[in-house]
Amino acid sequence: MNLWLPQATTDAAEVDYLIIALVLVSCAILALVFGLILLYMIKYRAGSGVDRGAPPEKTWRLEIAWTVATLLIFFGLFVWGADLYVRLFQPPPDALHIYVVGKQWMWKVEHQGGQHEINSLHLPIGRPIQLVMTSEDVIHDFSVPAFRIKHDVLPGRYEALWFQVEKPGTYHLFCTQLCGTGHASMTGDIVAMPAPEYELWLAQNGAGEPMVAEGRILFMRYGCSGCHGGNGAGGSQSVGAVRAPALAGLYGSPVTLVDGTIVTADERYIRDCVLMPEKRRVAGYPPLMPSFTGQINEENLLRIIAYIKSLTPEMQP
Amino acid sequence: MSVTDLHTEKSYLTDGFTLRSWLLTTDHKRIALLYLGSITLFFFVGGLAAALIRYNLIVPEGMIGSAETYNKLFTMHGVVMVWFFLIPAIPVTLGNFLVPLMLGARDLAFPRLNLASWYLFVLAGIVALYSVVAGGVDTGWTFYTPLTSAYSKGHVVATVVAIFIAGFSSIATGLNFIITIHQLRAPGMTWYKMPVFLWSLYATSVILVLATPVLAMTLLLLAFERIFHIGVFDPAIGGDPLLFQHLFWFYSHPAVYVMILPGFGVISEIVPAFSSKTLFGYKFVVWASISIAVISFLVWGHHMFVAGTSLYSALVFSILSFMVAVPSAIKVFNWIGTMHNGFIRFDAPMLYAIGFIGLFTMGGLTGLFVAALAADVHLTQTYFVVAHFHYVMVGGMVSAFFAGLHFWWPKITGRLYPEMWGRAGAVIMFLGFNLTFFPQFLLGYLGMPRRYHSYPPEFQVLNVLSSAGATVLAVGYLLPLAYLTWSLLYGKRASANPWNATGLEWKTQSPPLTENFISTPVVTDPPYHYPRPEVAQHHD
Amino acid sequence: MTEASLTHDFQYSNARHQAESAISGMWLFLASEVLFFGPLFLAWIYSRHWNQSGFDEGARQTDLMLGTVNTVILLTSSLAYSAGVAFIEAGNRRRLIQCCVIAWLLGAAFLVVKFGIEWRHDFSKGLFPGPEFAIVGPLRDGAQLFFVFYFLGTALHGLHMFVGLILVGWIIVRAREFSPGYYTPVSVVGLYWSFVDMVWIILYPLIYLVGRGP
Repeated sequence: MNLWLPQATTDAAEVDYLIIALVLVSCAILALVFGLILLYMIKYRAGSGVDRGAPPEKTWRLEIAWTVATLLIFFGLFVWGADLYVRLFQPPPDALHIYVVGKQWMWKVEHQGGQHEINSLHLPIGRPIQLVMTSEDVIHDFSVPAFRIKHDVLPGRYEALWFQVEKPGTYHLFCTQLCGTGHASMTGDIVAMPAPEYELWLAQNGAGEPMVAEGRILFMRYGCSGCHGGNGAGGSQSVGAVRAPALAGLYGSPVTLVDGTIVTADERYIRDCVLMPEKRRVAGYPPLMPSFTGQINEENLLRIIAYIKSLTPEMQP
Repeated sequence: MSVTDLHTEKSYLTDGFTLRSWLLTTDHKRIALLYLGSITLFFFVGGLAAALIRYNLIVPEGMIGSAETYNKLFTMHGVVMVWFFLIPAIPVTLGNFLVPLMLGARDLAFPRLNLASWYLFVLAGIVALYSVVAGGVDTGWTFYTPLTSAYSKGHVVATVVAIFIAGFSSIATGLNFIITIHQLRAPGMTWYKMPVFLWSLYATSVILVLATPVLAMTLLLLAFERIFHIGVFDPAIGGDPLLFQHLFWFYSHPAVYVMILPGFGVISEIVPAFSSKTLFGYKFVVWASISIAVISFLVWGHHMFVAGTSLYSALVFSILSFMVAVPSAIKVFNWIGTMHNGFIRFDAPMLYAIGFIGLFTMGGLTGLFVAALAADVHLTQTYFVVAHFHYVMVGGMVSAFFAGLHFWWPKITGRLYPEMWGRAGAVIMFLGFNLTFFPQFLLGYLGMPRRYHSYPPEFQVLNVLSSAGATVLAVGYLLPLAYLTWSLLYGKRASANPWNATGLEWKTQSPPLTENFISTPVVTDPPYHYPRPEVAQHHD
Repeated sequence: MTEASLTHDFQYSNARHQAESAISGMWLFLASEVLFFGPLFLAWIYSRHWNQSGFDEGARQTDLMLGTVNTVILLTSSLAYSAGVAFIEAGNRRRLIQCCVIAWLLGAAFLVVKFGIEWRHDFSKGLFPGPEFAIVGPLRDGAQLFFVFYFLGTALHGLHMFVGLILVGWIIVRAREFSPGYYTPVSVVGLYWSFVDMVWIILYPLIYLVGRGP
């Protein structure tokens, strides 16, 4: 019987401490509750001659006391849990991006260098990894118990998950959002290894064209360069040409939309622009961009996005 | 006029023996029994599904070959248990029977609406059973889109129609209780003289009336999307799958308080009765129930901490989820305070009630684990959550239901159940329950996902323990079915107040006359007015 | 009929007690209806936020004149019914019946205009969501979503109106029973009829006015 779960990442141990604290608090409260009940069951059973005394007149002091005590303990636990959780939203800027597409019923992984995996994810220890994830069909959930993390993977948008593995090893990957008949077989392995071995693995594992290069080819093939310019330089100024926003330097910068809201151009934004341009129209540009829904699959979309990201120099992964 | 020692053959049970007199009754007591029969049936249907689930999980590859069948089993288990057992059970059986009696009234405010609600319930059940027979649905009782709206091949529409109809039954019951409690209290019964059971049903009814319609609209939108293949939850055409989750949980979270609040009410009646002592902190218990009902509407987002919602929303829902646990904690302390200095008897209702306090406290504490954001990320969607909600719903609500059933059985049927069997059943249920569900906390922490037809071999031992516990638990459920049924024919006749409890329902005969009271009672005593017996001042 | 001689069900202490309960019951039921239509409107507004131009394109296809005519019809119907309640309160049973008949006819007219004329027109213009949806281009998805809400919202409202017509008809049939001392069913149905009006008052701007700017 296995009662031990590896703490593979820097944050896994922290989550365990929180859980241990919750266990201790629970045990204390349970001991109090069970203890008192047992005590009273014996001491105050009908027929025991114990002196019951008069019932207390003012009970509210006791009520306030245990209510306040409960509130304080709960608030402490909330803060602790929130503090750890916030970190999930703060991936380090130098994280290694790896792309994940979930579909019924498998996980497709693509590394920057074009290496593909199905139902496994090889990664280096000792550096932050950020997964950029989407689904091709229903909602799935990418879950790695040894890392103490999981996140839903949604169609139509990108979700991110980041971590830094410290202990090399092979860890379970599970899908943890019911996604149909093959839900329980949508499992895999996370293989964490020291950086040199990871480089070796990358070299040996069918490095295809790097995603950026693939993305550039797709950028041309789908006609994006026609309006956005050969290197994403922006639409031509000549008469009759379409005016389209420049893409160089776009990733990570703020964009003002037609309705006045300002958003940051991240993976989600770029994806929305390609699939639902009307939803994310940039202020000052005409509604001329066609939608590519149904024409570009998820993996190609990720490659195009990787290419567009590469047009912003600081964002080189 | 005291009827405590009066024993008459005439009662609501003898008031007509034809099928028509039952199927067209407007007597709240008969309707309660009609409901009791229906929900017992559904409990065993859902229970059968549970038995098959635990059977499947004995081996890592799954005893049942087909994953699709397994997915249908746990979906059916969830749908039947949630909407056809947990939500209605205490309100429509004990509530329907006791609300007028406890108020000193002759019936509910709208007796024909009450009957209609039972027919709606039966209709909903027939549609649900049709959908099972036609092949079932495999999406989980939570029906997440786009799995349900675009991908599942199961009978989604039939199932959501069944739930939609059942929802109307719930709304009707809640509406009836609210108006009844406002309008039909006996002379002298002020709000603060009402037993806590009535307050908890009032709080429950407010949730039923306000939350259930949201589910109705959500299911309607889902059905529309599934039938016409376009809609509001499909990201491919500008819709949002998270919108479904928000709408669904906005109902489904308050719904779990619909399940537990009446249970709290039952325990609040039983503990004072079997401690022969007034309820400790009556007003605190009352206002704790009301606060739970209010705060329950504000925590739905805690089901979505890894779903893709914002950090801000996660923080707000987490703190509110901790808050909602506080009033429940207050109640537990108050029940224990009631036992202090009491004269405790250990009849079956009290054993079930004590079991409830223990199991509910465990379930509630594990709720804190999943309210704590970072812990939830690890524990959500695993067996930890499954164990958490089974502790509160089964360890909690079902124990309370059995407690109440045993407590009021003499009043409802005019018979006493065999006490030793009753106590045995309570103990077996408590032990079987813990053996079934405690291992699941460990499984969840170790990472075993929920809704998995097969699992990695290292989880087998804990799964086998859990399945073994399930067989013991099944005995714990079948036993009362057997001896309670037996008692209907062979049980000793009950007096008006076999437990020496307070409350207007005990001041009329067992079983009551159709019109409940010969003359309208007038209330002068505060609730739980247990006189302090003279105790000889000797020390142990 | 004196109040003392009015009958009441056995769980009530007198007729007024029962009347109070019936009216409270209807108010509570209407509260649940608010929570039924509420999520629809919320989902509508939320979806519009993310698909503004598409929704506006869809809204431009709606028939403002028919919608406004229907609003006038419905409001007048409510007015007529309320007048009926006032009349029976004052003892005028004949006027009650006349007002209810007018309210009923106007309600029926609403349904004819909405479903017989406007919907038929919408279908012929290819506005029903689905593969045959008439609006194409980048705004198609948003416009289609608008029409999802349009058809669902008007269908549900229409269904409630249909039930309302049955209830008003029932009042007309029972009118002989009512008097200043007893007209609870008239009030109860009146509350429901007014509520159906209120739902339309929210639907009208959502369908015809929002996004119809120049």
